[in-house]
Amino acid sequence: MIARAVDIRRPSLLQRMAREDSTVRRLDGLMLVAVAGLCVIGTLLVWSSTRTWAPGSTGLVKKHLLNEAVGIVMCGLVAMVDHRAMRAYAPLVFLMSLLGLGLVLTPLGATINGSHSWILLGGGFAVQPSEFAKVGLLLITAMLLAQPAEGTDRPRMIDVTLALVAAGITIGLVMLQPDLGTAMVLAVITAAGLVISGVRKRLIALLTLVAGLGVFAVFYFQMLEPYQVARFTAFVDPSVDPRGVGYNSTQSLIAIGSGQLLGKGLLGGGQTTGRFVPEQHTDFIFTVAGEEFGFLGSVTVVILLGIVLLRGLKIARECEDRFGTLVAGTIVCWFAFQTFINVGMTIGIMPITGLPLPFVSYGGTATFANLVAVGLLQAIKVRRRPFA
Amino acid sequence: MTRIRARLLVLHVLVLALLAVLAVRLWQVQVVHGQEFVTRATETRTRVVISPAVRGQILDSSGRPLVRNKTALVVSVDRTRLSRMQDGGLAVLRKLSAVLGRPVKDLQQRIRPCGPGVGKPCWTGSPYQAVPLDEKVDTREALQILERQEEFPGVTAEVNSVRQYPGGRAGAQMLGYLQPVTQAELEKREGLKASFSGVDLAGRDGLEYVYDDALRGKAGLRRVQVDRMGKPLGVVEQVTPVAGDHLVTSIDSRVQAVVEKALAKAMKSAPAADGGAGVVLDARTGRVVALASAPGYDPEIWAGGISARGYQWLMSEKSGKPLVSRAINGQFAPGSTFKVTSVSAMLRAGYPLNGTYSCPGSYMVGGRAFNNFRGIGLGSMNLHTALVKSCDTIFYRAAYEQYLKDGGRTPKKKPKEVFANVARQFGFGAPTGIDLPGESGGRIPDRAWKKELWDQTSAVTCTRARKGYPELKDRARAAFLKQLAVENCAEGFLLRPGDAANFSIGQGDVLVTPLQLARAYQALVSDGKVRSPRIGWAQVRPDGKVVKTIPVPVVGKLPLSEKERLYIKNALSQVAADGTAAGAFAGFPMDQVRVGGKTGTAEVWGKKDTSWFASFAPTKKPQYVVVVMVSQGGMGGSTAAPAVREIYEGIYGIKRRPAVPGGRLTTRLPRFAPDGTVAGG
Repeated sequence: MIARAVDIRRPSLLQRMAREDSTVRRLDGLMLVAVAGLCVIGTLLVWSSTRTWAPGSTGLVKKHLLNEAVGIVMCGLVAMVDHRAMRAYAPLVFLMSLLGLGLVLTPLGATINGSHSWILLGGGFAVQPSEFAKVGLLLITAMLLAQPAEGTDRPRMIDVTLALVAAGITIGLVMLQPDLGTAMVLAVITAAGLVISGVRKRLIALLTLVAGLGVFAVFYFQMLEPYQVARFTAFVDPSVDPRGVGYNSTQSLIAIGSGQLLGKGLLGGGQTTGRFVPEQHTDFIFTVAGEEFGFLGSVTVVILLGIVLLRGLKIARECEDRFGTLVAGTIVCWFAFQTFINVGMTIGIMPITGLPLPFVSYGGTATFANLVAVGLLQAIKVRRRPFA
Repeated sequence: MTRIRARLLVLHVLVLALLAVLAVRLWQVQVVHGQEFVTRATETRTRVVISPAVRGQILDSSGRPLVRNKTALVVSVDRTRLSRMQDGGLAVLRKLSAVLGRPVKDLQQRIRPCGPGVGKPCWTGSPYQAVPLDEKVDTREALQILERQEEFPGVTAEVNSVRQYPGGRAGAQMLGYLQPVTQAELEKREGLKASFSGVDLAGRDGLEYVYDDALRGKAGLRRVQVDRMGKPLGVVEQVTPVAGDHLVTSIDSRVQAVVEKALAKAMKSAPAADGGAGVVLDARTGRVVALASAPGYDPEIWAGGISARGYQWLMSEKSGKPLVSRAINGQFAPGSTFKVTSVSAMLRAGYPLNGTYSCPGSYMVGGRAFNNFRGIGLGSMNLHTALVKSCDTIFYRAAYEQYLKDGGRTPKKKPKEVFANVARQFGFGAPTGIDLPGESGGRIPDRAWKKELWDQTSAVTCTRARKGYPELKDRARAAFLKQLAVENCAEGFLLRPGDAANFSIGQGDVLVTPLQLARAYQALVSDGKVRSPRIGWAQVRPDGKVVKTIPVPVVGKLPLSEKERLYIKNALSQVAADGTAAGAFAGFPMDQVRVGGKTGTAEVWGKKDTSWFASFAPTKKPQYVVVVMVSQGGMGGSTAAPAVREIYEGIYGIKRRPAVPGGRLTTRLPRFAPDGTVAGG
């Protein structure tokens, strides 16, 4: 009323958005389109793969849409925050994520699908703190490694050490669940942070060697669950146990391969309808894309994910502060790793690991985390120039 | 920041490479190998359920069923499921045995797969198909099983059609039986595999075997899409089964019943009789009107899988091997019934038709006296009387003369062997080609046969000739046998004069089946053409449409002119009235139905005589050829001929209701109403 009275008209929201230097126009539109496309495809695939659970039902579509809506809101909120301010909150976020992981180990934690990585919220909702731990770890890693040592562009040894300690604690907590896939993603996030931040190649080589020895020790002292070992054995030779572990691998290949060039059409996939592939709405959702949308559809999914990755790299390159670059770079590595492992396992070039396909798989917390990461990328894009 | 940018560039390249790897691999899996995965997907995703077609009926010439279907509740057991249980399914079988009222051991035996060292009963079908255990379950028993599936895992009860035989034991060997298809049969018979349902049966003998393809029909198919747990989701493809064709036969079920009864009575009348056969042919066409073999059995024994005892009984000497059809597999010396061929041979050898021949009491053949029946001389006679009175010596002489003409013991390069060759032209020595499996061919013992036999047996015979029979207690018999071996070793490959003489009166090594004899007489009394008899008359679709009429092929011609043929037929026309069968036909109204024929009494070494009567009626325009054979039945005139008389009495309705009113066989196929029932008899 006052504004009208003095005839000082604030520009409308649309006008403000249309301005050349507006935040909206500085967003990475192409990436958002790709993410939106993936979310739409994901929704369709979740519908196709879960509608058979009960006759006449729409399966998990409604919940999936709700998750996506919540995720988009979170994405928007994060995008509005200045990422440089987030650097200050990084330790807090990290500690909260550790707290979440700790809670899982208390009686509040719940086991779903053999993995003790959930906290039940009631009303059919549950969160998976390990997904948020990815964000927490990548923020603390970027924060620690963003500050170069005096006169160099390499991080300080103390920070490298702290980053490794942070990773060790997080991975350790995740392995107690146990969730090998997420632990691997966390390791990749830390490794990406170290590599991008400019740590010496010698040190990288040393750490790789230590990590290799660690993996060897894990196998040698039989610290893994038998099923985890079996998955690797079956990957090397699927004929070892075609009805057991090899079954997943064989069935997912059959589903994808039978989609051929054009696919059998949405809801037309017999393998999907018959639920021959396990976990086809989460870890194996790519098989539904392959069967029902064919090569054209499945390659579209890969291309959309590729757009997200390449735009993310562009944001990382163009960001002028080290923290933003590191955050963007590690997010890209995280998504790239999950994409390659997930798609790769369905087409028989990667061992079977319980990792969801970003933006496509069903799963609330994972969707939130992925979209929060997109929010982070957008926030960095919008404010890529440091304070003048 | 430059270092960071450099490292991001490396990352950029890495990401592009990984994306390319995924795209290339997807191309490989979906486009290059896509078709293979489509095939594998179809295999994993669909199950084929085969619904067997209703098997066609076997009908008699008026459309009366000889074999029909009835629906029955059949209890089957899935072996694979039982074997996966901890106790091998014993608990389930125990419960089942209580419900069915059968011993557990019997059930266990029935489900074990047949193989070397496994006696009957055993399961001849595929190890993956459900084994039918009981085909005569009543509804109450079936419900007990169906309602308590959790107590009977792997056990099913379902409605199935099973064969039923309204005629009981009549013609059991001719009709044949059904048994589950064996793996070997599946491989052998193309088309069977595609339509095999697992509970399907295939004809194993008789008409069921020969006409299996027509009777079987085409199984229906339902390709069902299933999920990972095998739960059906929907039907992808459906082909409804096509019911099998009915087989209309030329069998008259009433005549068949008459023959069975007459045969059984004849068997009873001869205490030593161990087997018999009765053949009735339509004299005009060569079609089979009745085909019986004794002892018989009840074909119901096959229903639900045969038991060990049942199978042993069917095959044992003690029961007389009722599974074997004497009509087509019984091979016996034909005795004097064979003389029709010998007369023909004489004519072909140049003996005059109207000549006069002397019939002495005995005739010397190669230094050995061959006697008439009871050694009685009958004086001079023509060939007509020779047949009516059944003189032997006329034929001995002719045969011996021809034997000598061929060179005797030192045969010419190309001996004529008139007697053997004429017998072959009558259709002896080879299967008739009737539409039944496993028919025997009989034997014409000519010079070549002798040689062949000797080639096979000379090693043993000659050893015996040297070493004798030291193991025999009866020294006289041993000496006799040794002498025989010495002779056989020295010249066993030679047709001896006695062989030729015996052959001419249907004795010695000559063997014929009752069916062969019947068709020879059919040719003789009809038109001189030798036919391959047929039981099947037409294949008729369930809706009544005739798919195919089965012709009776002509396979040869008698070596007789029309005049000669009628001369022989005329002679035979007198046998029942005045000749060797006159006694058996005493009191038979010959003015109503004049019966002609020839008796035969064949000696069998170490056994009682084989009794034969080959006949036809009415003599003027024959409608029927009837042959009865009773193994170890004694004289032809006293056992077989009365049975034949009874058959004619039954057919023409003498002192009873006629089986064939007017004695005239139907010449038209039965008519079917559109719903498949027989409309007109």
